[in-house]
Amino acid sequence: MSSCRKRCKKEIVKLAQYLFRLITGTLHSDSVEDELELSAVRHRPEGLEQLEAQTRFSRKELQILYRGFKNECPSGVVNEDTFKDIYSQFFPQGDASTYAHFLFNAFDTDHNGSVSFEDFVMGLSILLRGSVQEKLNWAFNLYDINKDGYITKEEMLDIMKAIYDMMGKCTYPILKEETPRQHVEIFFQKMDKNKDGVVTIDEFIDCCQNDENIMRSMQLFENVI
Amino acid sequence: MAAGVAAWLPFARAAAIGWMPVANLPMPVAPTEKNKRQDELIILNVSGRRFQTWRNTLDRYPDTLLGSSEKEFFYNEETREYFFDRDPDVFRSILNFYRTGKLHYPRYECISAYDEELAFFGIIPEIISDCCYEEYKDRKRENAERLMDDNEDNKDCKLPNMTFRETMWRAFENPHTSTMALVFYYVTGFFIAVSVITNVVETVPCGATPNQKDMPCGERYTEAFFCMDTACVMIFTVEYLMRLFAAPSRYRFIRSVMSIIDVVAILPYYIGLVMTNNEDVSGAFVTLRVFRVFRIFKFSRHSQGLRILGYTLKSCASELGFLLFSLTMAIIIFATVMFYAEKGSTSSKFTSIPASFWYTIVTMTTLGYGDMVPKTIAGKIFGSICSLSGVLVIALPVPVIVSNFSRIYHQNQRADKRRAQKKARLARMRISKTGSSSAFLHSKRNGLLNESLELTVRTGKTMSLLESQHHHLLHCLEKTTVRSYQLKGPTVGVGTGIIKNHEFMDEQLYEQSYLETALQSYPSRSPSLSSQGLTGTCCSRRAKKSSQLPNASAATSGLQELSAINIQCGDPPLSTSRSSLNMRPDDPPRLNCQSGQITTAIISIPTPPATTPDGDGHTLPNPSVQNIVKVSAL
Repeated sequence: MSSCRKRCKKEIVKLAQYLFRLITGTLHSDSVEDELELSAVRHRPEGLEQLEAQTRFSRKELQILYRGFKNECPSGVVNEDTFKDIYSQFFPQGDASTYAHFLFNAFDTDHNGSVSFEDFVMGLSILLRGSVQEKLNWAFNLYDINKDGYITKEEMLDIMKAIYDMMGKCTYPILKEETPRQHVEIFFQKMDKNKDGVVTIDEFIDCCQNDENIMRSMQLFENVI
Repeated sequence: MAAGVAAWLPFARAAAIGWMPVANLPMPVAPTEKNKRQDELIILNVSGRRFQTWRNTLDRYPDTLLGSSEKEFFYNEETREYFFDRDPDVFRSILNFYRTGKLHYPRYECISAYDEELAFFGIIPEIISDCCYEEYKDRKRENAERLMDDNEDNKDCKLPNMTFRETMWRAFENPHTSTMALVFYYVTGFFIAVSVITNVVETVPCGATPNQKDMPCGERYTEAFFCMDTACVMIFTVEYLMRLFAAPSRYRFIRSVMSIIDVVAILPYYIGLVMTNNEDVSGAFVTLRVFRVFRIFKFSRHSQGLRILGYTLKSCASELGFLLFSLTMAIIIFATVMFYAEKGSTSSKFTSIPASFWYTIVTMTTLGYGDMVPKTIAGKIFGSICSLSGVLVIALPVPVIVSNFSRIYHQNQRADKRRAQKKARLARMRISKTGSSSAFLHSKRNGLLNESLELTVRTGKTMSLLESQHHHLLHCLEKTTVRSYQLKGPTVGVGTGIIKNHEFMDEQLYEQSYLETALQSYPSRSPSLSSQGLTGTCCSRRAKKSSQLPNASAATSGLQELSAINIQCGDPPLSTSRSSLNMRPDDPPRLNCQSGQITTAIISIPTPPATTPDGDGHTLPNPSVQNIVKVSAL
């Protein structure tokens, strides 16, 4: 109730101010709101040596990565919208924003709503130069949306739908409603050993290591940088 | 895919790990980079200014010159850089496009220069970013309008074969093309004025006759006015019918505004002729006479200012519409208010809301006739508010209309000025063109003399490599077509060395000019022997009734011409400068073709005045003359 009254009071004050300005005719100068607008968050990454130590990239590779990063995001951090934008450009036909959202959460390890260069480069280091274990770990982290250590069917369904969304509408064969669900079923049949409805990290890693295809595909992006 | 995003491709590929565990099918093989180039700096040397950038930056846009292998054509091995002989200032924005992904248009650049640079580097102008796109489009449109104006003027040139109908149409549209058109133009203008004045004077009360009251002139001199009216309508009808006949697209002509005005102007007369003097219809007949005043609009064909005004009003239609709409709204509001405010007062003129409309209009437009005045205090208050707001509402769209008018007016001014300047410009261009072509002929003559006569002829100037190659090209063309260039002298008097016009002439003109020059250029006193042959030629040509062009397979006469080099002596050394225009007319003819012992007959023809060739049965349009340098291909 008191908040309502406080809001009312604020509104009345604003109205009085507005009428006053109307009558006296102030030029619409930069009002107070503009000052509150924070300048974009600037972020400077740690030094090159530190990053070199923390990641598995060479100095030159870090330079190249940073230049590309800074070009697209001059302020030094990527927020989720920019992230989605950038990622969507690679998939013009479909809608990559959902998957980008999950990716963003996976990259944003400290969960502060923005991905800095360190986060970015750490993630890339694991994905491109890490061991199979680390990569699988990362993938599990991606699938586990609420980070509780278990992948449920719903989470998996979300991920699956996001992946299928990236394909877009014009596919062959045509995407049907139940395709993601079926795919999730197949996945769970493969992964869920004890049939308890969730997949834990050990089940996941075990199963993947025994799967030829998956092992081979993990090596696929070795030479990206 | 946008620029910098290409840098994120490794990230996108890495993120694909997320798909791997859920995939049912095996993944395709990844492409391997054969020679993995380290990112290197490349140097772009644009007219001396060196720009450096990463190779990857340029690779972002592979469908442009710099991003594709096309730039290898510009690679300079010794200096290990790419050299472009273009404008470095514009290149700055182009390179920034690669760097930032946004193409900006600098305001100080000329729009066509910028367009050319963009075209050279293979960048489409549509990707100019939003901040500069509007400016770019505006400038481009302005430029296009300017060029379109110029092109429209070009259409004035007379085509050789126009049907009678087309000539007539052209005469109607541009009265300056022929005298007849001008006469017609002025006559119609005069009659329009007469008709309008007649209409006006008709209603003026003439002097009263003793037995009758003051009556307007129209009723007093009915016959005279009727005759005048008939005459005008005759002229207008004839004009309309002629225009209708000459119009290229009759349907479109009928729909055009001017033709509607014409019809409206002459129709009342005919309707009046047809209608009888009935009582009931005479009222309608009087109304029809009002339409006669539309004849004044016919003046818009004669006045450019009127046309501009009309065009302005058309282009400001939306502003005018807004003005009207807002005025209507305000009128209704204030009329209602005033009516209810004045309802109470006695003997008020505000009897109804529509009656108050009149008051509101008069007040809002600040006319204030004073025939309706509010008496109550409330009425006065609202009346003053009404007049104040009227000023505002009317004042708002007016600047837009005025600025539109000003822009169109100045555009027209500019168009006229440009037309005037263009004539001077074309003249200058023609001079330089003739200069170069005469240089060609001069050099050819000297060159031929050199190769066949081994005469030392001083060329007077050394030719650049470019020039000599150009001349060689023209020479090849001559050989190919078995024709030769010819310069025509002006019609001015004696022995002038002025070269006026040189063009690749089409067959007909060439033939005509050849005939006339052939006939006129061989006076009797030609010293050498082959002149006989040539006069023989010309005689034989004269004998030939049908004028055929000499082609390679033609009769001997043709061959004779072809084998003759007819050089007009007396040409002072022709230079490519404008001094050729200022050549003194009385240069003594220099006979630089002394010897007759040559395979190619060189006839020296002094520069006598143009004697009309005897027995010339041809009526040639342009009895031009003197200096013909006809150099035939061997």
